[in-house]
Amino acid sequence: MFSVTLSLLPAGIINGLMFGAIYALVALGLTLIYGVLHIINFAHGAMLMLALYSAYFLFKILNIDPYISILIVTPASYVFGYTIYRWGIGRLSGGRDQNILLITLGLSIILENSALFFFTGDQQTISLPYSYESFDLGFLYLSYPKLISFVASLVICVLLWMLMTLTDLGKAIRAVAKERDGARLVGIDVEHVFAVTFGIGVACLGAAGCMLLPIFYVDPYTGNMFVIIAFTIVVLGGMGSIVGALLGGFIIGVTESVGGLLLGESLGQIGISLIFILILIFKPTGIFGSKV
Amino acid sequence: MKLPFQSTFFMALGLLVAVLAPFGISSKFQLDVLTLIFFTAYLGQSWNILGGYAGQFSFGGVMFFGTGAYTSSILLSSFGLPPIIGIFAAIFMGALLGLVVGYLSFRSGLRGSYFALITLAFAELLRVLANSVEFTGGGVGLFLSYAPGLYNLQFTSPTGFYYFSLILLVISLAIAMWLEHSRFGAQLVAIRENEDAAEALGVDTLKCKIYAIMIMGGMGGAAGTFYAQKYLYIDPPISYSIALSVEMLLVTIVGGMGTVFGPLIGSFVLHTVNEIARHFISTPGLSLIVYGFILIVIISYLPNGLIGLFRKTQKNKEDNDA
Amino acid sequence: MMLEVKSLTKRFGGLVAVSDVDLDVAKGEIVSLIGPNGAGKTTLFASIAGFLKPDEGEVILNGTSITKLKPHKICKQGMVRTFQITQPFATLNTLENIMIGAYANTSNKPLAKSNAERVAEIVGMTSLLYQTADGLTVAARKRLELARALATDPQLLLLDEVMAGLNPTEIDEIVDVIKGIRDTGITIFLIEHVMKAVVNLSDRTYVLNDGKLIAHGTPNSIASDPAVIEAYLGHGAAKTMARG
Ligand SMILES: Nc1ncnc2c1ncn2[C@@H]1O[C@H](COP(=O)(O)OP(=O)(O)O)[C@@H](O)[C@H]1O
Ligand SMILES: [Mg+2]
Repeated sequence: MFSVTLSLLPAGIINGLMFGAIYALVALGLTLIYGVLHIINFAHGAMLMLALYSAYFLFKILNIDPYISILIVTPASYVFGYTIYRWGIGRLSGGRDQNILLITLGLSIILENSALFFFTGDQQTISLPYSYESFDLGFLYLSYPKLISFVASLVICVLLWMLMTLTDLGKAIRAVAKERDGARLVGIDVEHVFAVTFGIGVACLGAAGCMLLPIFYVDPYTGNMFVIIAFTIVVLGGMGSIVGALLGGFIIGVTESVGGLLLGESLGQIGISLIFILILIFKPTGIFGSKV
Repeated sequence: MKLPFQSTFFMALGLLVAVLAPFGISSKFQLDVLTLIFFTAYLGQSWNILGGYAGQFSFGGVMFFGTGAYTSSILLSSFGLPPIIGIFAAIFMGALLGLVVGYLSFRSGLRGSYFALITLAFAELLRVLANSVEFTGGGVGLFLSYAPGLYNLQFTSPTGFYYFSLILLVISLAIAMWLEHSRFGAQLVAIRENEDAAEALGVDTLKCKIYAIMIMGGMGGAAGTFYAQKYLYIDPPISYSIALSVEMLLVTIVGGMGTVFGPLIGSFVLHTVNEIARHFISTPGLSLIVYGFILIVIISYLPNGLIGLFRKTQKNKEDNDA
Repeated sequence: MMLEVKSLTKRFGGLVAVSDVDLDVAKGEIVSLIGPNGAGKTTLFASIAGFLKPDEGEVILNGTSITKLKPHKICKQGMVRTFQITQPFATLNTLENIMIGAYANTSNKPLAKSNAERVAEIVGMTSLLYQTADGLTVAARKRLELARALATDPQLLLLDEVMAGLNPTEIDEIVDVIKGIRDTGITIFLIEHVMKAVVNLSDRTYVLNDGKLIAHGTPNSIASDPAVIEAYLGHGAAKTMARG
């Protein structure tokens, strides 16, 4: 029994890395928003769920491949994020950080139950023509969707990193993250930059949703499980750290996958909450420090 | 503690009406709704002590409820201990869990959103554990047998559970009133308003916060026993449901945080909204959408909750009389 | 000695905010601590009162070390600080604010209330008792800081710039209040910028610059100390002044 488990280990690790890349993308959005705006977006999971549904309906109704949908859902998510921050969260915020947490909690309740209301609580999955084709690694077959999602997530992470470090927009965002009052003084439209950042954070979810759909499912509550995962990655990697989010994503992906293998499906989930708690208690600044 | 005559009079009147209500209400359904209102108000009050008075918001308040439910249910099903004693074990375990969670989080200086999220993680952790170990019945859950009787805290008619919930509610109101008139309560409020200043003025902030979460835990534990005996079935998703954690904070914030009657008012209003909404449209999710909007509106425009609308002047007057 | 600070050092990363400071305050004295902005005065107070952990050194109150104690414990031992940036309990009224201080010594509400009222009278806030703290003026907030600390019934009060931002009349009033407090037997250690008040109030003065104590003596001797003038007015100022 134990040797069987052991022989599955490499496959478990690879599988974990595949999901880890998508987790990283989800966490990246969260950590970016936190790093710049210093707010915790509790609706992050619900927004991911929305992206999953968008990709789902684009596939069901217009028959668009989810990997193509990235080009539609990502910009749409950006617009959604920009709008909801500029004319919603940004206006309503102010005061204690817990208030933002509660407002975004309210938002996630609304999104989740709207999905329940309009799309019912049924789990939806899709199958692509190449869903069951796979790539032979020697010790395991890797399905094409997983492989594509993995590579695409990494590409997007790198693009985001380049956006943040190489472009003027990235510089403006980092200036605002560091010194919002100073940035305001030199004429940067801080509210606009905040909304842009929030938009980019949600856009990450748009892309993640498209890549998650072919290898996962969607129902109104899908977001819930991702909230804890994303928060765990973010505290693990250090609030606001892009590299930390990427590494954290892989760590959590592998922990979850290997934990499930060793401890069984049910108890395996314990790893994530446990890591979250231990990190918060013993090293609240994260393992990789924190900065944008 | 001295209370002004007027408030005492209205509270006595309210209690009298609540006690006599079952004689006037013939509909089982309406009595059940009232029971639910009292029960949620009670849970809201437990959240209010730590969240409203001490300013430490938790997103995982359900963990005490679930732990209490499992405690008395396991004691009953495995050891035959009657719930009328089991409820005290549930209170004890809830408070003990509060001690552990409070000590670990507050000692490492977690506040604000971080504290809220770590409580959520603790609740998730316990849900997964309850799902995985054997003595909780795992994912299958625990079925309790139907054996009405006071020692089992089970009743043949809704009236029994109505009084049970009323007693819980009255106890929770008494605790909140004690807070309003005690040093401990004042110190919790001081921590909420400014933790550094409180510490400078001799408030043992760590100890106060831990006591507050232990009270919350004990109250939640008793609620778990109530639920288990009323519905005779618990499983991990019910016992550690995020939805119940949200409901606790929702009724309190809507009614008014840090006030004695806030959770009751919030619970009353939200359940009424829910029943009315259900009357017209019975699609799942609708009332929760409305709840979500209410939460956002209250946080943004009415930080003192519904009670803040008509309490402003009242408060100072009462305090000065006290 | 009421308070003894022995070679206390406090660093923030690479910055040495307080460097090897020794000082003492005797019972019944009013001692002041002056120095330019950023000298480390507030940091020193915070390290003494248990809000910051000193990297080195020791703090001794009435003969026992309090270096590792938390602020609330230090408060119970008779030393309490105020905050330069006032930290009121914003939604509570003046009376309730002061009562939090009074609760340090009693759990009895009526007693805490009457103590708070008495303290409010000492600092001249009786007419503001039922005003919520977030509606108070700067001057009133400074008084509230003082009142809350006083309500804990301390032996030693650490006051951090309670006169900053006040007009001359208000300063004169608070100087009288502080003298009154001293006359009731409470020892006072204060940070102050207003020189007139420093000279008027203090028995002794310490001068802190760049984290180091550079002078110590009576307020008048300090005012003519070249090192102090140098610290305040910048490079070469002392020489220029000496040349006349
Ligand atoms: N929490 C802190 N972290 C880092 N540096 C600090 C902190 N508090 C104060 N400082 C720095 O320590 C120095 C002394 O500050 P402070 O004690 O406030 O001076 P003062 O009260 O004499 O004006 C300043 O350079 C200040 O920037
Ligand atoms: Mg200072």
